[in-house]
Amino acid sequence: MLATRAFSLIGKRAISTSVCVRGGHGVAKVEDYTLPAYHDSPDIPLPEVRFVQNLSAEQKSLKEKEKGSWAALSNDEKLALYRISFKQSYAEMNYRSPEWKTVLGAAFFFFGFTGLFFLWQRKYVFGPVPHTFEPEYKERELQRMLDMRMNPIEGIASKWDYENKQWKK
Amino acid sequence: MSLPKPMMRGLLAKRTRIVLPMAFVSCGGLALFYKYVVGERRKRTYAEFYKNYDATKDFNAMREAGVFDSVQPSGK
Repeated sequence: MLATRAFSLIGKRAISTSVCVRGGHGVAKVEDYTLPAYHDSPDIPLPEVRFVQNLSAEQKSLKEKEKGSWAALSNDEKLALYRISFKQSYAEMNYRSPEWKTVLGAAFFFFGFTGLFFLWQRKYVFGPVPHTFEPEYKERELQRMLDMRMNPIEGIASKWDYENKQWKK
Repeated sequence: MSLPKPMMRGLLAKRTRIVLPMAFVSCGGLALFYKYVVGERRKRTYAEFYKNYDATKDFNAMREAGVFDSVQPSGK
């Protein structure tokens, strides 16, 4: 209590930013990500903050000049003011870069690499396929499918000529 | 440098006036295409299959081939 009275003699402002001795707790440190941020986006024409936060000396003087008549500004100064407030113009934002070719190329490269890996796996990791994959078994399978007239209208049995015992031409 | 003032309003309406008829035409066209090329053709194929279809003859052929469990081949 006495300490805060002493502080108020120095200046009220000091209390808000300095540690209040009474409680021993400080003001929370403000993190960067909690403050309004700058975003370049086609649907945000005026972002929350200017792009350049800490103006250099000549930028500050330019800002002072901006308070006067705008007709007095040269084109370069107008551009400099624009670049203080914004990072990319709309033309730059919407520019379709040829990066997609690199991306697609890299994706295909990795597909190829995966293919090689799968080949190796098929040869060295997996065991033999079931006996149902043997050619003789497959022939017997096909014969049975034709015998039972499987899909006789649009499918496999429709392609077989039963009179002449051959595939339809 | 005095550029002409760009279009400020009616941008969505302009786009919609072009895109909406295109959407209807392409949907309708696709529907018609599917109906005739896929639907009608399939209906014709089925109709022609069943025009001269003899179910008994087919059954006997299958029976002779030996695919049934309920009847055995007649052994002829």
